[in-house]
Amino acid sequence: MSPKVEISFTLNGTERTVAVAPDMSTLAMLREVIGLTGTKYACGEGECGACTVIVDGLSLNSCLMFAADCDGRSVTTVEGVVDTPVGERLRDAFVQAGAVQCGFCTPGMMVQAKHLIDSLGASLDREAIKRGIEGNLCRCTGYVKIVDAIAAAAQPKE
Amino acid sequence: MTVDTYVAPKRLDEALEAMRGGRATILAGGTDLMPQSQSGKTPLGRRLVNVRRVAELHGVVLANGALHIGALTTISELMASELVRRHLPILGEACEHFASSQIRNAATLGGNVCNASPAGDTLVPLVALGAAVELASKPNGAVSTRTVPLAEFVVGPGRTRREPMELLTAVLVPLPAAGSVQRFYKFGTRLGLDISAISLGLAAVREGRTLRQVRLALGAVAPTPMRSPGAEAALEGRPLETGVIEAAAAAARDDARPISDVRASAWYRRELVHNMVKRMLTDVAEG
Repeated sequence: MSPKVEISFTLNGTERTVAVAPDMSTLAMLREVIGLTGTKYACGEGECGACTVIVDGLSLNSCLMFAADCDGRSVTTVEGVVDTPVGERLRDAFVQAGAVQCGFCTPGMMVQAKHLIDSLGASLDREAIKRGIEGNLCRCTGYVKIVDAIAAAAQPKE
Repeated sequence: MTVDTYVAPKRLDEALEAMRGGRATILAGGTDLMPQSQSGKTPLGRRLVNVRRVAELHGVVLANGALHIGALTTISELMASELVRRHLPILGEACEHFASSQIRNAATLGGNVCNASPAGDTLVPLVALGAAVELASKPNGAVSTRTVPLAEFVVGPGRTRREPMELLTAVLVPLPAAGSVQRFYKFGTRLGLDISAISLGLAAVREGRTLRQVRLALGAVAPTPMRSPGAEAALEGRPLETGVIEAAAAAARDDARPISDVRASAWYRRELVHNMVKRMLTDVAEG
């Protein structure tokens, strides 16, 4: 058995201290140690984006990130994203546009969309959205409604 | 093997000290290490040394006629670097074609080089630009460094000349001369998250209609990224005319040593090399 590594980090605005195996992924820590299951496991190798989280302001695949590397950093999951003004706009826009079918990719799409809106703001056009979600696979919708939803959420309401 | 020690040093000296015992696995962005360790392809060593907090390994600076790119510079940071954009446009372009937004935010240049994939996206432009890697170790208590040309550093798929106690600290790229011409091309089936069927990188100095100091790098057509000596000789010092371009494209096709795999057959890769070198050089001649 590997000895555990004790790490402290900010998770959705709250300080957390947990012990993790050195080879554990951030995704496994979130789901199995902490019990936040909004972040999804799908491919496990960085191809699909269902596990996307934001770490220190940048979106990452949590399945590719070692949990021990969260130490001292700020991690935001979909549960934290929906508590932000942009997250609320995204949630409403996904519902309005009908951008959810089976829903498995939705948390990852929303977290990546939050990253895109935070980094590009109102200049986030459809081409930039398509490029920005290249790392997020959806096998139901054909993406059009997801792009519609993110485009709508990128424009703050009057 | 299970990991019995995990360390996350903040200084280079401490990182090299942690690697002295051997059997250490270096963790940076993790984007290759995580799937490779989970699948058993690269089992983790007894010590896991997370170097991501080592301050000396971050940043891009111009010094002594070369760009010094810290090993921990992420692909996203390379794309945002004004120095890379201005002096090494083909490196920036290769980064645009690198995996996805999420992976570019985590993956590091040092990691991409040490992963030594024949299709590694940054390797082809770096070989074309004549890059070298800087390696540091602490064999007898004192830090020692050496520099190895990138084209010699990578020796096979996943294999490099890095010794077990060494850490790749930086990639050094000589500042391209005035009149530098650079081109990059990657062929895959989609723009994002695609592994190259082939990629090409060209760097040269233009004098009128003539190219000098030509380096043509080919990716995913041999066990390592390679240069095409035949194409370089065909181009060097000759005016870029139709016959010269055709000779260079044919020589590049003959130099390539591709295999057939799920992404393309060997024949198709050779034809791609010929056709895309021809297109690239025609574009340079007309530009």
